Amino acid sequence: MSTVFIALQTNEETRQVIEAIVQDNPDAVVNEQPAMVKIDAQDRLVIRRETIEELIGRPFDLQELQVNLITMTGNLDQTDDEMVLYWNA
Amino acid sequence: MDMQVAKKKLGLKERYAVMTRGLDWTPSYQKMEDIYPYVAYEGIKIHDWDKWEDPFRLTMDAYWKYQAEKERKLYAIIDAFNQNNGHLNVTDARYINAVKLFISGISPLEYVAHRGFAHAGRAFPGPGPRVACLMQSIDEIRHAQTQVHSISNYNKYYNGMHDFHHAHDRVWFLSVPKSFFDDALTAGPFEFMVAIGFSFEYVLTNLLFVPFVSGAAYNGDMGTMTFGFSAQSDEARHMTLGLEVIKFILEQDPANVPIVQRWIDKWTWRGYRVLTLVAMMMDYMLPKRTMSWKEAWEIYFEENGGALFKDLARYGITMPKCAGQIALEKDHLSHQAWSTFYNYAAAANFHTWMPDDDEMKWLASKYPDSFDKLYRPRYRFWREQAAKGNRFYSKTLPMLCQVCQIPMVFTEPGEPTKTCYREVDYRDDKYHFCSDHCKKIFEDEPEKYTQAWLPVHQIYQGNCFPEGTDPTVEGFDPLAEVLKFYNLEHGRDNLDFEISEDRKNFAEWRGQATRNI
Repeated sequence: MSTVFIALQTNEETRQVIEAIVQDNPDAVVNEQPAMVKIDAQDRLVIRRETIEELIGRPFDLQELQVNLITMTGNLDQTDDEMVLYWNA
Repeated sequence: MDMQVAKKKLGLKERYAVMTRGLDWTPSYQKMEDIYPYVAYEGIKIHDWDKWEDPFRLTMDAYWKYQAEKERKLYAIIDAFNQNNGHLNVTDARYINAVKLFISGISPLEYVAHRGFAHAGRAFPGPGPRVACLMQSIDEIRHAQTQVHSISNYNKYYNGMHDFHHAHDRVWFLSVPKSFFDDALTAGPFEFMVAIGFSFEYVLTNLLFVPFVSGAAYNGDMGTMTFGFSAQSDEARHMTLGLEVIKFILEQDPANVPIVQRWIDKWTWRGYRVLTLVAMMMDYMLPKRTMSWKEAWEIYFEENGGALFKDLARYGITMPKCAGQIALEKDHLSHQAWSTFYNYAAAANFHTWMPDDDEMKWLASKYPDSFDKLYRPRYRFWREQAAKGNRFYSKTLPMLCQVCQIPMVFTEPGEPTKTCYREVDYRDDKYHFCSDHCKKIFEDEPEKYTQAWLPVHQIYQGNCFPEGTDPTVEGFDPLAEVLKFYNLEHGRDNLDFEISEDRKNFAEWRGQATRNI
């Protein structure tokens, strides 16, 4: 098992994104640090456009995440519908 | 932000294909090797450039849209910070020395990275990496500019930052970060990508930006926090590029594996040595600490790097050999670095000081195996001496490592009271090294590293005095002349924080900000 993570700025735009990530990854661990939130998961973390859209009540482009992204790790695969971080090993 | 999301005619993958691959063409009247002259000599074999994948699938039009949004946010915050005298809200004026280190040590590297990625991108025949390098090149110049803009507000009030680029090219310790990037920039395009894209951005950059920038936020520095996070949002993309580069090269040909492994070993060590500055910044220069250097190393290198190298094991890539020595140094690195700068405070563009009792307590709790035994007694002695009016400033020039250019202050792995020295005879000269790893790097490429511009050698050769200086006159003071060459003012830009103008002004201005006087 290896940890993948994503870190986002703490602000009003990411609040619901983080909520969506927690909904879609029930085992993810949320670490709140000064001005940032780091979310750790084992081997795989998925961010789904639809879940975010349901929470924010408007269409969302996953590339919008780039504005508030701080860092991440793992292999990445992004499509229109989801962004997946994973380790192969 | 309330972004309008237009209905797209094509999916992300198709858009990316059309907007990158679709823009490339095959030359008809020039030979490929004439157009891309640097792509073969490093020995890396690429059979199919189309196998390159950009996992973000970012196209230029989307790139401009999101970068513009980041800039709008950043400059609005910088204006607000400046208009509200935000600099007076930092925890205390010692913190500003971390900003000085950043602008003179790190920001000029952003500019060099801009040049490096422009150069590397131009050298690759594949459109995928070319577009990714173009974006990163533009990102890096944005970082240099936004850092200069954010920090210029501090330069209006505090000393040592007035000529940061001049300093970067001359001041002794700034040759450490400068020579690191110059080394990468003068390598071939593939080595540059492994050096900066992978080893620095992917493996090490989290250690620079995440804890430091989070630390800036914790210390009330909204300006630095904002440019830091804005830059870091690009770094996430750079890290992805760095990992992609490695996977792409390794998948193309098994003959690439040993070349890449050697570069990873070399550049992880080179990058780690540069991060010595960050280690002391985290443990000593942030009045309010978020995490220790050791903790940051454990999270971002040992845990995260461990996962990464486990993932890369399927290609035959292993954890860099230097990881063992770094693990032994993590209890000592920041303390040895801070001790060095405390001693050389007369020749630096920022102030140093001794930690107070509370800070020593924090250090002891974070470094239970080393601090009380080795470093607290040393600091206590220096504090006593300073109280008696004997604050010591070393004026003797140190011996430098030929590769990392850091003074030879590090100790033997596992023997923290014995200084580590290594040497090599090459042609008719003797060369000195701080470690087995720097020595190995030299032995692999002696022709390159014999050309190093070592500040101490240059001072002794008389190349670091203002033009027309006569070192033979009675009462010649070499340090005074070197400071003039650096464009630093003795007694203002250097020496101990306790006696600094910064400390006095900050106290006075903060007083004015809270009372009517």
